[in-house]
Amino acid sequence: MVRAIAILIGAGFVAVLSWALFWSIQGVITDPPAPTAVDEFHLHPKEVELASNGFFGTYDQRQLQRGLQVYKEVCSNCHSLKHVAFRDLTQLGYSAAQLKKFAADWSVKAKQFDPKSGDTTERPNTPSDYFPTVYYPGTGNPPDLSLITKARHEGPAYVYSLLTGYRDQPAALLKKFPDAKVPDGLYYNPYFANLNIAMPPPLTQDGQVTYLDGTKSTVQQNAKDVAAFLTWAAEPNLPTRHAYGLAVLGFLLFFCILAYGAYQNIWRDIKH
Amino acid sequence: MSFPWAKHYEPKSGFTKWIDERLPLPRLVYGAVGAGYPVPRNLNYFWNFGVLAGAALAIQIVTGIVLAMHYAANGGVAFDSVEHIMRDVNGGWFLRYAHANGASMFFVVVYIHIFRGLFYGSYKAPREMIWLLGVTIFLLMMATAFMGYVLPWGQMSFWGAQVITGFFSAIPVVGDTIRIWLLGGYAPDDAALNRFFSLHYLLPFVIAGVIILHIWALHIPGSNNPTGVDVKGEQDTVPFHPYYTAKDGFGLGVFLFIFAALLFFAPNSLGHPDNYIPANALQTPAHIVPEWYFWPFYAILRAFTVDFIGIPAKLLGVLAMFGSILLLFFLPWLDSSPVRSANYRPLYRIFFWVLVADVLVLGWCGGSPATPLYVIISQISAAYYFAHFLIIIPIISRAERPTPLPNSITEAVLAKKGGTSPAHTALSGSAVPAE
Ligand code: HEC
Ligand code: HEM
Repeated sequence: MVRAIAILIGAGFVAVLSWALFWSIQGVITDPPAPTAVDEFHLHPKEVELASNGFFGTYDQRQLQRGLQVYKEVCSNCHSLKHVAFRDLTQLGYSAAQLKKFAADWSVKAKQFDPKSGDTTERPNTPSDYFPTVYYPGTGNPPDLSLITKARHEGPAYVYSLLTGYRDQPAALLKKFPDAKVPDGLYYNPYFANLNIAMPPPLTQDGQVTYLDGTKSTVQQNAKDVAAFLTWAAEPNLPTRHAYGLAVLGFLLFFCILAYGAYQNIWRDIKH
Repeated sequence: MSFPWAKHYEPKSGFTKWIDERLPLPRLVYGAVGAGYPVPRNLNYFWNFGVLAGAALAIQIVTGIVLAMHYAANGGVAFDSVEHIMRDVNGGWFLRYAHANGASMFFVVVYIHIFRGLFYGSYKAPREMIWLLGVTIFLLMMATAFMGYVLPWGQMSFWGAQVITGFFSAIPVVGDTIRIWLLGGYAPDDAALNRFFSLHYLLPFVIAGVIILHIWALHIPGSNNPTGVDVKGEQDTVPFHPYYTAKDGFGLGVFLFIFAALLFFAPNSLGHPDNYIPANALQTPAHIVPEWYFWPFYAILRAFTVDFIGIPAKLLGVLAMFGSILLLFFLPWLDSSPVRSANYRPLYRIFFWVLVADVLVLGWCGGSPATPLYVIISQISAAYYFAHFLIIIPIISRAERPTPLPNSITEAVLAKKGGTSPAHTALSGSAVPAE
């Protein structure tokens, strides 16, 4: 009885699915899916060599400092970094005094509510403050960057590729998709999900940032450094995680060997 | 417990005697997972996965309770509180990555555990109750994991909740009312987040309770084994402790090794990047996909694309998706073959591996965007899924001619070492998954 009912129900499901399948195939035949401009012109992020890649990956403090400089001088005009506090920058190798000054000099000031007057006033940032919110009046909504490298597939490579990926819209694209002209106020960038991004090219010429450590400042270098910095901002604990990970795996390997030995030893007289 | 030759607990010291007379808890443990539980001697590594599932649940509960001490279930701050755990709480990143990847490890283990049961016929008499309780645990796990995934309140959390609670609006007439009642509003918001948190905290303990019943039910007939042949006498079994405690200890080590590799070196590889974007009710993600362990069911849901004799496609999809799990409850009665192990069922064995491949294909479709090609593949594989359980199994369990079974576990074990008699080589037959 159960089996008879089951076969009926099963036949029902198969029938409905076959019916749906028929229409799907029909749909593909009469109206074959046409590739879109995104299908054909979107690019996968370029690989980028960063110290944080791989099993033993850790951060290159000097690169992070350069990246911070790029963030400060370029990106911070439009993008917030709200999950990072000034005090976190100790991990980049700054001293307490340097940090205090860095925070106090930050151009966007901390907001402070005065409960007596009901006014909001401004005060300089302190190391315990988080990077203040940035308000952007232009086109588009610049996302907060503190998690950006985790919020995109292959984040570090994506940020690097995006920043170095601006170019003129290919003529071949327009020829094939005449309606896909870049809308006014947007910029062509094949690494961006829909190819047209509202962010004006932030890094346009070599030497835009003057590195304090004397590293040659090219657009490539700036993009790489800021990608490294944002990787740190999203995952400050990565070096600790990797170090613990190696220790834990080493311990577990040792444990597995002992446990395997114990298992074999206990079972030695039992055929199984 | 179950066999006459099971050893009995004998308190050695005056203290353990005193305890035993007042609260025989050590006696219970001894009989359940100690030397007092006789287990077939021929279990392979697939029998490690039950213990591993228990370990995974324990890990989820411990990490979850500590996370809950730092987490805030409020739409305005939930996302930031998770970031606070990741950055400011001591060892917080470890807890959170352990919990998020622990959920994945839990599902990996449970899926292997379920397919083990399917291959060796562990759902058949006299173990139906174990199977029914197991399917119940699976359903509870899915509910728990779904609600847990909503808690960090990222884009996928929010839109996943939107899609999944949307299933209920497929119910005719009262659907929307039910959905609004479940969510406490028109869209996922604080009310939903709070109740999901409350239930996410509760359900793991309900699961723990059902696991106790599951193991209780297991101890009545005792464990199945790779031959599927009943235990005939003492020579067929070994005491759980120290034999299987030792083997499980090794299995646990391997499990933890893989878990640690994932947690420390690729903790975000199984998650979706969009969940690092705070929930935004005004911006729909390009592709809404659930966590990987729901992909096969998501593919079944999306395979139903056209209405059928007046039943809307959406309702069909929802029914099929729930049906695809609920049908497992009937499996013990759909499969009437008296032979348990697929090692002795030449036909069933083939269809078993087709099912494994089919579920993997469904998973692959469920994780991909619903383009026409993927929909077509899902439709074919979903049809096979239902046909497998509802049509093929009932028919082949009658039609098939099993190969000869060994007379006993011991005979099979000894034959395996000698390996001469053709009747016995079936045990090490080609379709046996590698140990
Ligand atoms: C003039 C303002 C401005 C500056 C300067 C700027 N951005 Fe942006 N950025 C934007 C805007 C606007 C968007 C939103 C784009 C969109 O959604 O179309 C954006 C988006 C982004 C995105 C997200 C793209 C995506 O996938 O959604 C990244 C990453 C990014 N910016 C990185 C940077 C970095 C790194 C810098 C510094 C080198 C920088 N931006 C400087 C305005 C700016
Ligand atoms: C059956 C066992 C459990 C499963 C399968 C499970 C699953 C999940 C999942 C998938 C998440 C989302 C992870 C993320 O992406 O961040 C999560 C989050 C969470 N869970 Fe659990 N969980 C379980 C048990 C528990 C228990 C017992 C508690 C607490 C008592 C708990 C507390 C939490 C908290 C506070 C969060 C939000 C923090 C975070 O997102 O990391 N969980 N859970």
